[in-house]
Amino acid sequence: MPFVNWFKRNLVVLAGLLTLGYLLLPNVVVTVFSFNKPKGRFNYEWQQFSLDAWKDPCGVSGLCGSLSLSLQIAFWATLGATLLGTLIAFALVRYRFRARGAVNSLIFLPMAMPEVVMAASLLTLFLNMGAQLGFWTILIAHIMFCLSFVVTAVKARVMSMDPKLEEAARDLYAGPFQTFVRVTLPIAAPGIAAGALLAFALSFDDFIITNFNAGSTVTFPMFVWGSAQRGTPVQINVIGTTMFVVAVLFVLVSMVAGNRRNRHKA
Amino acid sequence: MTNKTGPGGDVRLTGIAKTYGAFTAVHPLDLTVPQGSFFALLGASGCGKTTTLRMIAGLEEPSAGTVFLGDQDVTALPPYKRPVNTVFQSYALFPHLDIFENVAFGLRRRGLKSVKKQVEEMLELVQLGEQARKKPHQLSGGQQQRVAVARALINHPKVLLLDEPLGALDLKLRRQMQLELKRIQTEVGITFVHVTHDQEEAMTMADTVAVMNAGRVEQLGAPTDLYENPRTTFVANFLGTSNFIEAEVDAKTGEDIVLKAGGGKLVLPEARCSAPAGTGGKVLVGVRPEKISLTHADDAGEIPEGRNRITGRIADSSFIGVSTQYVVDSPVCPDFEVYAQNIDRDPRLVPGAEVVLHWNPAHTFGLDAAQDADAGVEEAV
Repeated sequence: MPFVNWFKRNLVVLAGLLTLGYLLLPNVVVTVFSFNKPKGRFNYEWQQFSLDAWKDPCGVSGLCGSLSLSLQIAFWATLGATLLGTLIAFALVRYRFRARGAVNSLIFLPMAMPEVVMAASLLTLFLNMGAQLGFWTILIAHIMFCLSFVVTAVKARVMSMDPKLEEAARDLYAGPFQTFVRVTLPIAAPGIAAGALLAFALSFDDFIITNFNAGSTVTFPMFVWGSAQRGTPVQINVIGTTMFVVAVLFVLVSMVAGNRRNRHKA
Repeated sequence: MTNKTGPGGDVRLTGIAKTYGAFTAVHPLDLTVPQGSFFALLGASGCGKTTTLRMIAGLEEPSAGTVFLGDQDVTALPPYKRPVNTVFQSYALFPHLDIFENVAFGLRRRGLKSVKKQVEEMLELVQLGEQARKKPHQLSGGQQQRVAVARALINHPKVLLLDEPLGALDLKLRRQMQLELKRIQTEVGITFVHVTHDQEEAMTMADTVAVMNAGRVEQLGAPTDLYENPRTTFVANFLGTSNFIEAEVDAKTGEDIVLKAGGGKLVLPEARCSAPAGTGGKVLVGVRPEKISLTHADDAGEIPEGRNRITGRIADSSFIGVSTQYVVDSPVCPDFEVYAQNIDRDPRLVPGAEVVLHWNPAHTFGLDAAQDADAGVEEAV
């Protein structure tokens, strides 16, 4: 029974590979179909290989405009949420104040709230305030729902940080500002970076809340949703593939940089 | 040695106290640490020794009192403006910096540009020259400890504060580091203030030991002085082991006090009695277990005259190699401890044997009978 034995020995590896495949198959489909030349308006069946969409990614009207808008909103939402979230996380970990426990739980609430409900409530709020729906209402909403995630990511990091490190810095002639820049921030940085990446990803592909509060403004996820009703341009797959490749490259570069730094120091 | 001070570089604490709400961590305290000395603050956890240290460092603000470094009043100065550096119990090495940058941290913060030579010299002093480019987590506990010392010492502080720096090390390494720290202190001549709960560590390393208990200094002195002449039962029990007999003052003859205890007489040199000893008053008579000789009752006649003696029966004996530890049940004290060197072992000294305990009166000390004879027993390690 050599096969059974081989199977037993490699069961974990096989299960891992299958799970990985399950996880990545959709990405592969997106990439493959970005090279398709569909017959009709729908890009659901493989016809023939073509580079048309890659040569003209903005060929569909409104696509690149919505992409640029989504990137802008994601950028500012990430910046805002990371800044505020980091401050909140430090306050929650470092200071004892009244209702600290309550605030801690309230921070989690938006994550637990069904997104549709939150989207509708936000719309009600904006309408009652007489706010003009558009870029700013989207940005405000995105910062709001990204905050909880940033706070959670940064808090975990700050909590595991030895407060004696800052005392040591102060003991070694670093004033409050130097202590923050030279010790606190570098040590908290991985948590802040994780929070920021999460915020960017959440903001960039948010559809439900954005759709409720966008008015006549169209973000990239809204564009994809809208066009799916009438037919899916191949360019959507091109953008999707590009985002995926950029993300992978980002991870690879930071890993290589980390390895090189460690090897250099060792 | 840019910061090396001339005479008058003592650390002086005057009336320094720390309270947290209703809890008093440190009662008003006066303490002078002479420049260049190795000073130990010894006590059980929660006795206020670390708080005292942190007030010298500036990491804790005193509720009252003043901290002087030499002639300078530093009470109001933040830690980064005090010429004092600390070795933390957890070492607190910066995990994102390598060993070189950890050690260079203090110099860089003070605006020094060329730190290479100094850092390399300091790493040589603590024998870590090879490890300069490693990260703290790549080093062993003992190496990390030495980095923490180097990182503090490179700034040539007026005082180096050590907060239980050896607590996380295993016993063998701890002994090694005790000698290492002592060597470094002798080499650089900087004042060391060392906080520890390990009485052996304090006695091995320090020139002067302050024994703290419940926010107060119980007694201060050289290790031998504290050990031979404890003035409270806490000190007597916390530093080593002591036997106590409650006795009544019978008479005074010249320089000695004669005491009655359980029908027998004990002699105590008046100079070694820290309690008021009027005739008829009570005194706690103390004696260390290793000062006592044990003789079988059959040979009682061979004991020289002039020694303090009490009788008893061996309740328990345990052989621990260099010595044998006996517990003797005596009418004046139910569990008298005696440590006997294993030079000539008398085979008759087994549990149940009737014995006479005797010692030189000069090794007796007298304490105020009003205090708890067991104070400090639980806390001692």
